[in-house]
Amino acid sequence: MSDVAERVKKIVVEHLGVEESKVTENASFIDDLGADSLDTVELVMAFEEEFQCEIPDDAAEKILTVKDAIAFINEHTK
Amino acid sequence: MFDLTGKTALVTGASGGIGGAIARALHAQGATVVLSGTRREALEAVAADLQDLNYVVPCDLSDADAVNGLVAAAEEAAGAGVDILVNNAGLTRDQLAMRMKDDEWSRVLEVNLSAAFRLSRAALKGMMKRRWGRIISVTSIVGVTGNPGQANYAASKAGLIGMSKSLAGEVAPRGITVNCVAPGFITSPMTDALSDAQKTRLLGAIPTGTMGRSEDIGAAVVYLASAEAAYVTGQTLHVNGGMAMI
Ligand SMILES: NC(=O)c1ccc[n+]([C@@H]2O[C@H](COP(=O)([O-])OP(=O)(O)OC[C@H]3O[C@@H](n4cnc5c(N)ncnc54)[C@H](OP(=O)(O)O)[C@@H]3O)[C@@H](O)[C@H]2O)c1
Repeated sequence: MSDVAERVKKIVVEHLGVEESKVTENASFIDDLGADSLDTVELVMAFEEEFQCEIPDDAAEKILTVKDAIAFINEHTK
Repeated sequence: MFDLTGKTALVTGASGGIGGAIARALHAQGATVVLSGTRREALEAVAADLQDLNYVVPCDLSDADAVNGLVAAAEEAAGAGVDILVNNAGLTRDQLAMRMKDDEWSRVLEVNLSAAFRLSRAALKGMMKRRWGRIISVTSIVGVTGNPGQANYAASKAGLIGMSKSLAGEVAPRGITVNCVAPGFITSPMTDALSDAQKTRLLGAIPTGTMGRSEDIGAAVVYLASAEAAYVTGQTLHVNGGMAMI
């Protein structure tokens, strides 16, 4: 598992207070991990901070699963 | 009670009568205050009275780009996040609706309402991270009662109330409260200009029989900014001598 994936999952676990085992790549923040819309905004802010990148609002709206977040970050940080 | 030591407050319209009093009241409770307005000298004068723990960051609230940068500029000046945002700046362009020009309408909405939204949006980011925040907007009794000749102003002030209630619901789980203070008639250069006959008529409509002071508004803002008011959100605190009991 890549370093990015590792760090994304760690943030998700910390922010949503969920079991690490539940944070699979296909897990949806809202449907599977119990996030509300405010949590998703905060997650995006946390990703921006951790990876020193900017996630525009239209991109943020498409980040629905753990996998989406990892893909976006892999594409936009090098 | 009401200790604000270690908190940083951004006050718009701090060059004005009420804004200056709000800044002094917050500062007296220990807060660091960032004073904003368009007139730098007037802001410097308020700052000079406070001596320590204050910064002057001018901004024209009719300029959306400048507004979007104000919270960041304030945080850079103060070297700390904005914990307390006071949207106090406001202006009037009174006119009967049938004669009101589009720009009289939109300028009042832009400065009184849109700027407050933009500043709130910017300030919320840091407040969410810190799990603590206070947004307090100075609305007006006429935002609730309406007032002939002030369709634009009353709409902007009613808008602040609706906006605050909505924001309050969004961020309540993060330790952030969003409220309004609604002054009635407060002594100011504007009200000083009223004739004695006008004043007598006005005072007749106020149960206390007196005009309010800027300090009365400052005290209301201090309360809503305090830790003690953590359970008060989405509310409008009317400070009007009983002129309207809502
Ligand atoms: N006085 C009352 O009886 C009363 C009653 C109800 C509500 N209020 C509300 O209380 C608030 C303060 O009023 P006040 O009586 O203290 O009036 P004021 O002395 O005229 O102060 C108005 C403040 O708003 C600022 N402002 C106006 N246009 C601005 C702009 N484009 N950009 C940045 N700042 C701007 C002014 O800053 P600069 O001069 O530096 O531009 C000034 O500091 C207002 O929102 C007002 O609607 C007052």
